[in-house]
This record gives sequence, structure tokens and C-alpha cells, in this order.
Amino acid sequence: MTGHDGWDPEDTALVRAYVITKGRELPDEEQLSLITLVTASPGHAQRPLRLSPEEQMLLDICSAGYLSVAEIAGHTRLPLGVVRILLASLVEGGYLITRPPVAPAQLADREILEEVLNGLRAKFG
Amino acid sequence: MVSAPSLGERAYVRSGGTQTAVKILVVGHFAVGKTTFIGSISEIEPLSTEETMTQAAESVDDLKGVHGKTTTTVAMDFGRLTISDRVVLYLFGTPGQQRFVQMWEDMARGALGALVLVDPERLADSFPVIDLIESYGLDYAIAVNHFDGTPLRDERALREALDLLDDTPVVTCDARDEKSSAAALTTLVRYLLDRSQQTTHPAPHQTSH
Repeated sequence: MTGHDGWDPEDTALVRAYVITKGRELPDEEQLSLITLVTASPGHAQRPLRLSPEEQMLLDICSAGYLSVAEIAGHTRLPLGVVRILLASLVEGGYLITRPPVAPAQLADREILEEVLNGLRAKFG
Repeated sequence: MVSAPSLGERAYVRSGGTQTAVKILVVGHFAVGKTTFIGSISEIEPLSTEETMTQAAESVDDLKGVHGKTTTTVAMDFGRLTISDRVVLYLFGTPGQQRFVQMWEDMARGALGALVLVDPERLADSFPVIDLIESYGLDYAIAVNHFDGTPLRDERALREALDLLDDTPVVTCDARDEKSSAAALTTLVRYLLDRSQQTTHPAPHQTSH
């Protein structure tokens, strides 16, 4: 029991989104799509940390491996737009690195579809 | 306090450093079984995220969209399937409401194709979904979610009712069953592959941004 009915002044839901994002705008769609894979950059622990609690949370969750932008939003329960903005700023600050989905020109759709088809067959018979 | 949820090792993308992430949409009207389908073959517990459906200027105004704001949040469910060391597949599911244009654009951009889940007893509810998928130019297959032993309307009638092209695959599946869901997905991917082989692709041109 907290004695405050669970009310926490720092509860994300009580903070206006523009406060969390510091008024920044949505990044370019291509930069952080739903399936762009994100992870902490190798040197992130050495960087001076002046991050908001939400940015710190995103950095923490990205420290143990790669996750897609959508998964990061799902795990943190932050709205997707907010997550995108915060991730973009962490990328800009060098805390995170991204692996955008490979453009069709680099890896042919057909090649990917063949790989997916073979993978599904191998997995599920 | 804001603290990061602790995630097990399995939550992370196995070979994220080298894998190409691709996505397939699982669409269908409300309560047709999208979440069940995604859950039956996803290697992670299906996740959900919300997108705020308004102008950016308004959407940052209030997280909950209360106080008489016109913001609407709509949930999108998704799951993941590691295909190989080269490819990781995401499955995204959302209801086919035309008014959520922004979400559809996000989801449709770069998608390999779509699996349209259809309830044979509520065919008309699938019309707007199929219209949307077509308007985004996505190739799709129909999976008739067929779980309660009701007799399936014959395929020709269903094709007519849904106004499908002759080569659009129609399969039945039980969205609760992993193998059945995987078979429906396999049918879609085989169809997408056939389509890509039929289409003569011009040499990919360099885009210069």
C-alpha cells in the first residue's frame, strides 16, 4: 500500500506527452519505422547521462539486444509517436543505433519471400 | 517511477545485428480472430501498442485523449517470428477501420502482403477491410477462420461474395492452432512469391535523396 491510492506524481500517464518529448516533433518515417531494429550503441554507458526518465527507460530496455520500434512501444506501454520521438533523440545523441529494414533495392523481395517460405516450412512442416 | 520492464533474453531479436526485418499484415474486422492468429504462431507474447489518430499538434496534447479532445487511440497487436539468421518476420494486426488512415499507412508501408481473416458468417464485415488492403496496393490471401464446426460456405460463393480475383488464394484455418495458422501464412507467402515471379521487375533504380 502506498497510502496514495497508487497515485504517483511521476506516473507517465499523468505527464503530458509534449513534456515527455520536450515538444519535439515526429522523426522521419523512414528513419524509425515500426520494424526498424534498435539497440544501445556500444559506448552508451560512457556517455554523460542527462536523460529524462523515459529516455533512460528506453535506453535500458535497448541495452540487452535488438528490438523493433513497435516492440519497444509495446513493452514500455508508451504511445508509439512518443517512443519514436524519444528514440530519434537517443539516436541523435549517439546512445542508440538502428538497423532500418533493408531497402528492396538491396535485397530483392523475391529473395526475402523465398527465405520466409522456406523458414515457415522448416518451422511448421 | 518510470522504470524499464525487465525483459528476458528471448524477448530480443536473436540475430538483430544482421537480420532484415519484414512484416506481413493480419487484417480483418473486429473480433474475427486476428490476435488469436498472431498469438498462435508468434514466438513472443503478442504485444500491443497504441497510435494516436489525430493531427500531430493535437495528439501531443493529452496522453489519454480525455477532456473532450477529439483524439482517438487505436490498438495494434503484433507478434514476431524468427525465420532465419537473415530474416525476422513481424505480424501486425489491426481492425480495418478506414478512419485510422495514419495507422494503415504506417502498417502498409513496406509490408510484404496481407492475410485477410474472414468470418464466413459475417462476410459483409470484410468488405471495407479488403477495400482498404486493395487501396494500399497490397497483395493478399483470404483465410477463413473456421473454428466452430459450422459448414463452410462453398468457396465459389465466398469468392463471389468477396469479389475476389481468380488467383487470390482462399484457405480455411483455425486461428487457435499453430500449424493451421502457419499453413495459412505459408499459402500467402507462396502466392506473394508467385506474384513476384510473374511481375517483371524493372532493374531497381537508385533513389537519390
